[in-house]
Amino acid sequence: MAALKIKKGSTKHSAYNLRPNFSDVQESHTLAVVVDNEPGVLARVIGLFSGRGYNIESLTVAEIDHTGHHSRITVVTKGTPQVIEQIKAQLGRIVPVHEVHDLTVEGAAVERELALLKVAGAGDKRVEALRLADIFRANVVDSTLESFVFEITGTSEKIDAFADLMRPLGLVEVARTGVAALSRGSE
Amino acid sequence: MEPHAPPSNGRGLFYVKELVTLDTERQMTRQMTGAKMVVQALKDQGVDTVFGYPGGAVLPIYDEIFQQNDIRHILVRHEQGAVHAAEGYARSTGKVGVALVTSGPGATNAVTGLTDALLDSIPILVITGQVPTFMIGSDAFQEADTVGITRPCTKHNWLAKDTATLAETLHQAFHVASSGRPGPVLVDIPKDVQFASAGYTPPEKTNNTNYQPQMSGDIESINELVEALESAERPVFYTGGGVINSGPKASKLLRELVEATGIPITSTLMGLGAYPASGKHWLGMLGMHGLYEANMAMHDCDLMINIGARFDDRITGLIDAFSPGSKKAHIDIDPSSINKVIKTDIPIVGDVASVLDDILKVWKARGRNINREAIANWTGQINEWRKVDCLKFTQQGKTIKPQYALKRLEELTKSHDRYITTEVGQHQMWAAQYLNFEDPNRWMTSGGLGTMGYGFPASIGVQMAHPESLVINVAGEASWLMNMQEMGTAVQFRLPVKQFILNNERLGMVRQWQELLHGERYSHSWSEALPDFVKLAEAFGAKGILCSDPADLDDAIMEMINHDGPVIFDCLVEKHENCFPMIPSGKPHNEMLLGEASTQGAIEAGGAVLV
Ligand SMILES: Cc1ncc(C[n+]2csc(CCOP(=O)(O)OP(=O)(O)O)c2C)c(N)n1
Ligand SMILES: [Mg+2]
Repeated sequence: MAALKIKKGSTKHSAYNLRPNFSDVQESHTLAVVVDNEPGVLARVIGLFSGRGYNIESLTVAEIDHTGHHSRITVVTKGTPQVIEQIKAQLGRIVPVHEVHDLTVEGAAVERELALLKVAGAGDKRVEALRLADIFRANVVDSTLESFVFEITGTSEKIDAFADLMRPLGLVEVARTGVAALSRGSE
Repeated sequence: MEPHAPPSNGRGLFYVKELVTLDTERQMTRQMTGAKMVVQALKDQGVDTVFGYPGGAVLPIYDEIFQQNDIRHILVRHEQGAVHAAEGYARSTGKVGVALVTSGPGATNAVTGLTDALLDSIPILVITGQVPTFMIGSDAFQEADTVGITRPCTKHNWLAKDTATLAETLHQAFHVASSGRPGPVLVDIPKDVQFASAGYTPPEKTNNTNYQPQMSGDIESINELVEALESAERPVFYTGGGVINSGPKASKLLRELVEATGIPITSTLMGLGAYPASGKHWLGMLGMHGLYEANMAMHDCDLMINIGARFDDRITGLIDAFSPGSKKAHIDIDPSSINKVIKTDIPIVGDVASVLDDILKVWKARGRNINREAIANWTGQINEWRKVDCLKFTQQGKTIKPQYALKRLEELTKSHDRYITTEVGQHQMWAAQYLNFEDPNRWMTSGGLGTMGYGFPASIGVQMAHPESLVINVAGEASWLMNMQEMGTAVQFRLPVKQFILNNERLGMVRQWQELLHGERYSHSWSEALPDFVKLAEAFGAKGILCSDPADLDDAIMEMINHDGPVIFDCLVEKHENCFPMIPSGKPHNEMLLGEASTQGAIEAGGAVLV
């Protein structure tokens, strides 16, 4: 076709090559989403992330107000500043969503995660595991002659570090809760 | 009928439970079955028409419909038709459109219409039947996870598990569908919930506090916009479907603002009619198949005021080159529309009518200032662009050009009380280009989803809402076939909808893209084995008209208009006509193709117009 100066036989033209020129720095943000605890509400939130191609790094949910039937979903997500803004705005559109807080930008926040780690081993390794657990203030919540189950709380980074240390010492299994977070101060 | 399997728990499949309550307040509320509640809630919400199709899981509701006369039920021939008809009804009235379908296949057939309504922000309520609550999850006959399937294609949906809260849920559904950015909602009602009885909650006792979108815009941003407007040298209004969704007041205020400031105005496909096509400052539609002057004005403006549009990719073209020198204001009731695609300098979250009202007040209070001299120059520039005459075509020979067909249709119907729907394809774009819309709610087309098969059922919905008006569906032969079964509906309910088919025996828009972008390899883009549309019309008991000669066109159109009943108008048109202007995908606005209309002047004016 002469008008487009596209050679006969070429194919690589798409209508969707339309990326905007926003910043492409990836940021990690922790969002707290207060929702009505009704059937399907978690599916709505997760469906939003998968449907629009957003990332979920961690997600926790539980009812926080049994009389008002409100749940709090804490989600750690990663994206460019523009994508993070979109995620918040899109979350806000969901009808049973009451509040969306970006704890990463709304001032200081505490973030904690709980993990259980099963470590099996004998001899020096077993002693070393126990010593490191002490340093990390992890508790032994189950023990046999060949294994421990440690309970540890802290930031996700602290748990990552502890798990990395346990790996050569016989780490068998890890269960993590995902992040719970609250803003600091009285508000 | 499809009876459900007998109950396994011995409770009786469809028990009717009379609620006896001693609570005095509860005694004042009227006890009724869930099925009756549905009809009562629709009546209380002012619904007069429901488009639907029965089946096992909605029989109790159909039984109630049978026993009353306030709500008219239109039996469609396919559930997709019911939803598009509800959309047509909603778009042409501003009210919530209602469709009623059965469980399983009835619900899945509604999915396309729901998605269509979601993308175009059309308020509709779809009520689906569901298998009884105690059978949910058992893969019962005609069970589908309707709320799961429709979650991503509704604004919100509900599984009504309890008759006691059913009425409140239905009222909330109307509230959610019609407030804020409108959209489709769905209420899934298990059959046992329809049979059981409980107290009816009227609309005024319904709690809607959970969902209250912000209506008025931030006054500081509005001030900032007015300041920008006062000093702008090359401003343009870019308006969209949000103006129409906001209601007639928004269109009225928009007209007032445009007339008072003299700022040129363009609109998306969805916003046509909010500002009249005959208006002095009208630039025509913008976007991929928009007018040259509209797209050039968007590209070269220094202040863009987006009112209820969403920077869709059909509008922006190449984002990096989209209106590079302009300050951008964006008025939208949905905060997620702002900064989604294009960075906005002045964001204003609020309802269009409310924000326009404030803009006018502030602008008047500050002395009605405008940079008159600069705007006069800008208008001069725009008038130069207009001279390109990008919609020019020549009708010659014995074959009807589709543009000519629409031009004649416009000429012969413009004085009528007229509503237009369309299917999707080239004919849709030509209709947007060559028909003129003077008022909002007169133009119903599938913009966001681009749903072939939308226009015919939508025309039925429009005709139901406006029985005395002239309702025309501008169609392509391929799209029209997608919901042609609705001829039965049109004939049964004596709906005199006019199906104006621009028959190019091609999937014209696909053919055009293949010609322009895929090396002229016409893979499966023609319509073979087409029916004889005149005989088809007659087979349904309607009137068919065939026209192939430009000389006969006017008489044939008049015959269509004057026939008191549904008509299929088979207008044989040029098979290989392309729709221009066209911004090729991924190109900036000022690299528009003008096709056959391109002239020497266009190149000079545009600088970089490809020919
Ligand atoms: C349901 C659906 N399927 C496929 C498409 C892709 N599509 C867009 S336009 C078009 C051709 C439409 O042909 P016709 O209705 O004859 O209109 P014309 O372009 O010829 O005017 C097709 C297949 C679509 N928009 N919708
Ligand atoms: Mg066609």
